[in-house]
Amino acid sequence: MNHGIGSAKRDRLWRSTVIGLPYAWLLLFFLAPFLIVLKISFADPIMAQPPFTPLLDWGAESGRRLLATMDNYRFLLEDKLYWLSYLTSIKIAAISTILCLLLGFPMAYAIARTPQPWRNLLLLLVVLPFWTSFLLRVYAWMVMLGKQGLINQLLAGVGFIEEPIQMLYTDGAIYVGIVYTYVPFMILPLYATLEKLDLDLHEAAADLGGRPFQVFRDITLPMAMPGIIAGCLLVFIPALGEFVIPALLGAMDSLMIGRTLYDEFFINQDWPLASAVAVIMLFILVIPIMVFQRLQQENPA
Amino acid sequence: MTEKARASAQPAAPDGAPWNDSEARPFIEIQQLSKKFDDFTAVNKVDLVIYRGELFTILGGSGCGKSTLLRMLAGFETPTGGRVLIDGIDVTDMPAYDRPVNMMFQSYAVFPHMSVEQNIGYGLKKERVPRAQIAERVAEMLELVQLEPLAKYKPGNLSGGQQQRVALARALIKQPKVLLLDEPLAALDKKLREQTQFELMNIQDKLGTTFVVVTHDQEEAMTLATRIAVMRAGEFVQIGTPSEVYEYPCNHYVADFFGNINIFEATVVSIGDGAITAELDGTGTLVEADHDEPLETGQKIRIGVRPEKLLISREQPTSAGQTVTRGVVEDLAYYGNRSVYRVRSGSDRVIEVSTQNYMRSARLLLEWDDEVYLSWDASCSVVLTE
Repeated sequence: MNHGIGSAKRDRLWRSTVIGLPYAWLLLFFLAPFLIVLKISFADPIMAQPPFTPLLDWGAESGRRLLATMDNYRFLLEDKLYWLSYLTSIKIAAISTILCLLLGFPMAYAIARTPQPWRNLLLLLVVLPFWTSFLLRVYAWMVMLGKQGLINQLLAGVGFIEEPIQMLYTDGAIYVGIVYTYVPFMILPLYATLEKLDLDLHEAAADLGGRPFQVFRDITLPMAMPGIIAGCLLVFIPALGEFVIPALLGAMDSLMIGRTLYDEFFINQDWPLASAVAVIMLFILVIPIMVFQRLQQENPA
Repeated sequence: MTEKARASAQPAAPDGAPWNDSEARPFIEIQQLSKKFDDFTAVNKVDLVIYRGELFTILGGSGCGKSTLLRMLAGFETPTGGRVLIDGIDVTDMPAYDRPVNMMFQSYAVFPHMSVEQNIGYGLKKERVPRAQIAERVAEMLELVQLEPLAKYKPGNLSGGQQQRVALARALIKQPKVLLLDEPLAALDKKLREQTQFELMNIQDKLGTTFVVVTHDQEEAMTLATRIAVMRAGEFVQIGTPSEVYEYPCNHYVADFFGNINIFEATVVSIGDGAITAELDGTGTLVEADHDEPLETGQKIRIGVRPEKLLISREQPTSAGQTVTRGVVEDLAYYGNRSVYRVRSGSDRVIEVSTQNYMRSARLLLEWDDEVYLSWDASCSVVLTE
């Protein structure tokens, strides 16, 4: 009897540990930093260490006082620069996501239809770039796209162009960099859903008179929707906040929010404003995630 | 009730037996049809004629090529040789979506993201039938397969049997010239299978559509089919009505496929008019058998007798024209409606006998180690030369 109760207790302890650990992790490494950033975003910048005013003032004469200001958020709304940064980021992230989808879908489909052992090899090739540093790969693109870069040399060599084309430091280079970097995040979830797709369904649709394109539209696409949504989120979210790629491949005046954020933090030393930029960005990201959650609940397939 | 259902559902081709009528017009013609995968021949130059309104069954073990043959009829597999004609039109090179044929898949392949209604209406939607007309026909189909209350459900919420009806209705709504069914009952449990079997036959009878069914289950083939083609290693072994393949199997393989059969090695001793006499090897028992095809005296043959054709008795039977042999009951099994005896006759031969239990008897008429006579009529002996 005693033993039984003891083991039941141990079971409960074990279960709460298993459930508790990820929550503790999220609390410590996600919620706590976010609260700090949120706190800073309501402060005023000062020339001090740290470079912002405290949220609670322990001043001698007036006792405890809450020092919160909405100035940073007001400034963000008033200054066109930030609006433009957000819009440009959303545009670049959205177009990159669509490009990744257009490129990734046929690749994922082809991989899912390739017999083993070739399929595993192809999957390995998709993740292979992750084995080298992200920064190195972006530098490699600088070498490729530069005025004296590989592509220009090749085109000149063939006699296709007289003058080298300006490719590096353009929006085009940003797209190339983002699509190149994030297309595996599109391929992998798409592959996972397409691989499970029952081929009988395709044949049944064809049998009932569906032309190949109609079969794709009526069966393949709706069945692959969870993978498409997951892949799009996995590309859109990091692409929106991307800093390294626009900084290295984009023009000096390219306005992406990641870069604006960097400039506020490290060049202007305005931590409160930078924090406000980050908080707004988080809300922009939360919207598509909530839409995704909603879709998942409607379609528990 | 069962007997009545069977009688009304008995699939009769419109004109009795068109396969015996040399004037009858074939509906599906398969000519020298072959399919090779690399160096494996799945279907090897088969010829087959199926008539309008038939419920034709292709029967065989796994890997015999029956599914490949069906997939060639549906248009999912391109033949490597031969032709397929349906209602006089060569469909060999026609893609699946253009063929006047629909298929019911073994997995049912019901579209999981569409409701029952949408599944059933899909084929008409692809034909660009007006919406109102689709709704009308879907309603008819729902009534036919008795799924009206589930029209708005998604297939994920349906049982296997219900999903199968959706698949059937979806395939029938386009009024195909031929409905192909791949193992239609394999995924259902036993009770549901029997019920569905009769439903299939009723629907086929009502619509008059030509059905081609592929199955590995001989019982299913026997009860469903107007005719059965027994397939083995990519070729047809025998094509005939259920009673033909059961009572007159062309060889040992077919005989064994349809239920149990006792096989005796024998030698032909005399040949009469439409009948022969043979001596069972080892015992010297003389067997008479009806047989038309040419044989020679002294030729080695096999005699097959189905267990239920044998009579078992303690007293020596007296009627003429019977083969009689003796033995000892070694084993017996009581199944309620029938009993099966295994009788040892000679040193190395065990004969199986199956008897109907007509009487309600408290004790079995025969016991272990009883000496018995076994007898059967000459017309029940099957001569097997292969």
